[in-house]
Amino acid sequence: MSLTNYLVLAAILFTIGAVGVLVRRNAIVVFMCIELMLNSVNLTLVTFARATGTVDGQVIAFFVMVVAAAEVVIGLAIIMSIYRTRRSASVDDANLLKY
Amino acid sequence: MIEAPDLSLSALTPLLFVFGAALVGVLVESFAPRHVRQPTQVALALVGTVGAFGSTLLVAGDDGTVTGAGALAVDGAGHFLQATIAGLGALSILLFAERGLDPAKSAFVASAAVPAGSPRDRELLTDERVQTEVYPLATFAVGGMMLFVAANDLLVMFIALEVLSLPLYLICGLARRRRLLSQEAAVKYFLLGAFASAFFLYGLALVYGATGSIRLSEIRQSVTDDGTGTLLVLGLGLLVVGLMFKASVAPFHTWTPDVYQGAPTPVTAFMAACTKVAAFGAILRLLYVAFGTADWTWRPLVYGIAIVSMVVGAVLGLTQTDVKRMLAYSSIAHAGFLLTGVIGLGGGTGSGLSATLFYLLAYGLTTIGAFAVVTLVRDGDGEATHLSQWAGLARRSPLTAGVMTFLLLALAGIPLTSGFTGKFAVFRAAIEVGAWPLAVVALVTSAVAGFFYLRLVVLMYFSEPAEDGPSVGVPGLPTTIVLAVTVAATLVLGVVPGSVLDLADRAATLVG
Repeated sequence: MSLTNYLVLAAILFTIGAVGVLVRRNAIVVFMCIELMLNSVNLTLVTFARATGTVDGQVIAFFVMVVAAAEVVIGLAIIMSIYRTRRSASVDDANLLKY
Repeated sequence: MIEAPDLSLSALTPLLFVFGAALVGVLVESFAPRHVRQPTQVALALVGTVGAFGSTLLVAGDDGTVTGAGALAVDGAGHFLQATIAGLGALSILLFAERGLDPAKSAFVASAAVPAGSPRDRELLTDERVQTEVYPLATFAVGGMMLFVAANDLLVMFIALEVLSLPLYLICGLARRRRLLSQEAAVKYFLLGAFASAFFLYGLALVYGATGSIRLSEIRQSVTDDGTGTLLVLGLGLLVVGLMFKASVAPFHTWTPDVYQGAPTPVTAFMAACTKVAAFGAILRLLYVAFGTADWTWRPLVYGIAIVSMVVGAVLGLTQTDVKRMLAYSSIAHAGFLLTGVIGLGGGTGSGLSATLFYLLAYGLTTIGAFAVVTLVRDGDGEATHLSQWAGLARRSPLTAGVMTFLLLALAGIPLTSGFTGKFAVFRAAIEVGAWPLAVVALVTSAVAGFFYLRLVVLMYFSEPAEDGPSVGVPGLPTTIVLAVTVAATLVLGVVPGSVLDLADRAATLVG
């Protein structure tokens, strides 16, 4: 199977993630969409590692996973703290800061 | 037998200092009793940042070296930016440590886990307790920024980006007063920041696919030998988007006003000064070390972004009614001015690099000073940031109004302040490489931006103070030091900038 298929799949997943960030309203779902973008990048990296015959891409994918895990910790802590006060995780309800 | 990679310890000393202090800070947080944490953490964070500043100056004489198996490029520009970040970081830590301005004791929340507005939260408002984790977190952020400007490898750049961003997302949400605003700022910053780093990462993957390497020097080699393909240009575009987001350049600026307004003011000062320096360091390194030989791929893009950023910052700044938001739009406009310096580097030989380095230093110092003044003007509810509350401030406190006026004039770029020297340097660099239309737009937008700075000055001096207006707090030792240093530096860099300009000139080398 051609490697291009994997790249196209990754590009589609990245786009779905990016569109999700822009249209979904729940902070948790937005965050999941960002994770989808990161994982599509991992797929791209592993595919390119195969295509170029180097291992750099595979190593970077591991780094990305670690960073994504750290990001989950921070992100859920922030979303939790705002949820406990507002009883809502919608990004539209948090609207005190404008203009 | 696997050979250990070469490590130049002297080049790494500043980083080891600041990360070491941050790690010890985490241990202090775990094991020290609560009442000794605040002084210990402040001392540790200062040792880390001031130590990093001093050791950068000590090792800065060396020629540029590439160390850490090629992952780090410690060169003139790297040293200059690292010293700037560490110095500005130390000033920000001093602002964090201020406890005397307010009955609430600190700018930071007593316990972040207590829901905002609950009875326990109100009880803790005037408590001695502070969430002292902010100091190690800020130190980690300073470390990440110092790594960011020395990254010679896209992976190290990405890791440094996250090391500097993740602590910032957290400390944005830890304000003592107006906690809902602060938490909202943290959520916005986090979601948009993570979104932008995903773009950076996708760009990294595409550049890796196009060139087979993530090392900046190897990307440069590959660009020179094989030319550029669609994949490479697309990757470069995505990398630039990720970095411009951090530098709060319009049109990637939408988070800036909200986060600057919602975050605790000392954190805003830290973000406005240090993050900007770090992000521009990385932009310069990426564009000139990796893509310097193919500058036609990014020059039109950066040219356009610079114009958009200057216009958006200056025009939207006019409509603001909050001092912190106004300074946020000013930072967007200044990001545009800095980009004219980036354009002014030409093919890598122009004076744009030294001009940008000088501008970053001058802008960082002035901004920290301006936000330090914002922390002083208070009413019963904390800081009074609405413009109408600043009316007639000169009658209440001529000194505070005078300091703020001087710093605002520096931001506007009036002669005899560092802002003028910086602007002159970047505009001259842009004109030297033939980008005079950009310099014209920059001059016009400077004039527009000057209007909103002067409007605040006029408001402070020529309006009647309101009956129930805010009072001006008496700054404690930390804030006094910050104000003295920033005002003195703004004046010195404006009146006798020669030696620092020379220093920036000599530091203006990028190795890869």
